[in-house]
Amino acid sequence: MKIDKNQLLRFTTAGSVDDGKSTLIGRLLYDSKSIFEDQLSSVESTSKKKGIEGVDLALFTDGLKDEREQGITIDVAYRYFTTPKRKFIIADTPGHIQYTRNMVTGASTANAAVILIDARHGVIEQTKRHTFIASLLNIPHIIVCINKMDLVDYKEEVYNDIVSQFEEFASKLLIQDIAFVPISALVGDNVVNRSENMKWYQGSPLLRLLETLHISSDINKIDSRFPVQTVLRPQKEGFIDYRGYAGRIASGIYRVGDEVAVLPSGFTSKIKSMNAGEHEVDEAFAPMSVAMTLEDDIDISRGDMIVRKNNQPEALQEFDVMLCWLSAESAKPRAKYVIMHTSNEKKAMIKEVVYKMNVNTFERDGDDTSLNMNDIARVKIRTTHRLLVDSYRENRNTGSLILIDDQTKDTVAAGMIL
Amino acid sequence: MNKYYLNYLDELESEAIFILREVWAQFQNPVILFSGGKDSILVTHLAKKAFYPAKVPFPLMHVDTGHNFPETINFRDDLVQKLGAQLIVGSVQKSIDEGRVAEEKGKNATRNALQITTLLDTIEEHKIDCAIGGGRRDEEKARAKERFFSHRDDFGQWDPKNQRPELWNLLNGKHFEGEHFRAFPISNWTEMDVWNYLLRKEIEIPSLYIAHEREVVWRNGSWIPNSEYLQLGEQEQVVKKKVRFRTLGDITITGGIESDADTMEKIVEEVSTMRQTERGNRSDDKRSETAMEDRKKEGYF
Repeated sequence: MKIDKNQLLRFTTAGSVDDGKSTLIGRLLYDSKSIFEDQLSSVESTSKKKGIEGVDLALFTDGLKDEREQGITIDVAYRYFTTPKRKFIIADTPGHIQYTRNMVTGASTANAAVILIDARHGVIEQTKRHTFIASLLNIPHIIVCINKMDLVDYKEEVYNDIVSQFEEFASKLLIQDIAFVPISALVGDNVVNRSENMKWYQGSPLLRLLETLHISSDINKIDSRFPVQTVLRPQKEGFIDYRGYAGRIASGIYRVGDEVAVLPSGFTSKIKSMNAGEHEVDEAFAPMSVAMTLEDDIDISRGDMIVRKNNQPEALQEFDVMLCWLSAESAKPRAKYVIMHTSNEKKAMIKEVVYKMNVNTFERDGDDTSLNMNDIARVKIRTTHRLLVDSYRENRNTGSLILIDDQTKDTVAAGMIL
Repeated sequence: MNKYYLNYLDELESEAIFILREVWAQFQNPVILFSGGKDSILVTHLAKKAFYPAKVPFPLMHVDTGHNFPETINFRDDLVQKLGAQLIVGSVQKSIDEGRVAEEKGKNATRNALQITTLLDTIEEHKIDCAIGGGRRDEEKARAKERFFSHRDDFGQWDPKNQRPELWNLLNGKHFEGEHFRAFPISNWTEMDVWNYLLRKEIEIPSLYIAHEREVVWRNGSWIPNSEYLQLGEQEQVVKKKVRFRTLGDITITGGIESDADTMEKIVEEVSTMRQTERGNRSDDKRSETAMEDRKKEGYF
């Protein structure tokens, strides 16, 4: 076991059953030997009942009763597998437009997005929408799988055509890293094992790509941000004066002795000690959960942020956000919502809808200012107090927020600060 | 590769600690659901880390079916004492005696489903607004859809089709009075992750997980421990075997496997080559294709 060297990679898969998404996930689980015998035998018997010869790989990702009955995915499901190199978490999200919100949810924590294209159909509207969302959520790596290559006789020209179609529209989006792989999830070409049928493809199979993506830089290690979740006061012998500020480092690196500023008050101090559980550490970095103590006695509570003196986020009361509306209930004009941002919670108002994005054509519509479920729009938000923000592109953790309807307590929107 | 990255177990640990601290910050009266199984032991251990040097601020709540492994109860009581935590026990026997639920009949009768009523009654009685559980998404297909913060209505029910979206690390625990939440800090851990972590951190677990001699009966494809609660069928015979358990639940339905794994290292080795899911030996999940989903909707763990 080489656990000390193995990292965690979270990826999301976008595509529909027709693109072979479930089959692809089933194939990854099956070929990486992550399927247990009792799961296999249950899938084998269901396959037989459905009159399918062999194993229907898609059945490994079967979910809730309604989903099985309708043969669709409704909600985000999480799947797990481990190889000798990495642990993987798949956020398996439905591809249909009416589930845009689920895709956004799955994409929010992903290091990589696997986008599926049916080789027979090439780039379609759905492909564009998935890619747009991946770029909007700033997923660091995108892997485009051109699937069902077996149905186009494994032709290199088909693959090359689709790659150039994709590159053409993707050039309009902000994407950090794209890779392409020709696969057949059904047959198993280039998923886990290299394809014998596509010798012309010089790149790695999908799993090998996932195992080697450089993900250490996916978290911002430059701008140190430590949102305080709670204050630890043990008030027991040996710790009478202990005040530990507990939280998960959102970004950057902290060392004992660092000069820090506590926001929003602006008081400065030095880090006296840091604990990761019962162990004292001299240095800690994102995404570690730690407890910090400071040299000076400063009044600090949940929602405050400890940052470096010379590198601070902006303190803003009004800012622009790309908002994805998640609730079936449309936005009410000038209504007040609760805004959650890092460990902070304030009241907020949507002051203005600047434009709405058409997620299929990437066109902006400045006339329609309603916000309905699955809409993505640029809005102006005003909060009752200043929030300590970074732009989402720079910092996923301090640039993201959700809106909560105080009347229903539901999460109604997700936002990325521009 | 630079030194500023976490290995996956440390990252899972950090994520779980974050969730436990969010529970503490967002709820008034949270508890840890403690069964004495490895997952709830892990959650309790992570809570110790999350609040160090302060003590674990959550009471432990045990839903007691009355059909226990004696080892589990001893382990529970020891741990509670070591932590200096409060213990809340919800008793299924009491629910039966009070007529809140009726005992199932027949050979395969269990108290598994009865726990739901006891659990929800205890939550209501103690005004608990968040019950932290050791559920993992890899366990079962209904659990694969769980959130970290999972909403329950005032009947304690889970509505899988109408769950709150959970984005980034922003957890919304807002609720109306009478409703509660379940929180699952180890959602993203697999069985293998749990074992590897328990081994690395040398965390104590009940002896039942380690191979030992025991009187057992072969039923539904696994070795069910003999106990005063077990009704033997005509064909069934009590035999002595060296077994261990992969999950711990009600003694009448928790099946063991034959094993020689009598150290943590050997268990991790054995689990890594195991070809059956751990809940494959739990007859409570075998009743139907959607057994877990149906129970969860009603308020199960």
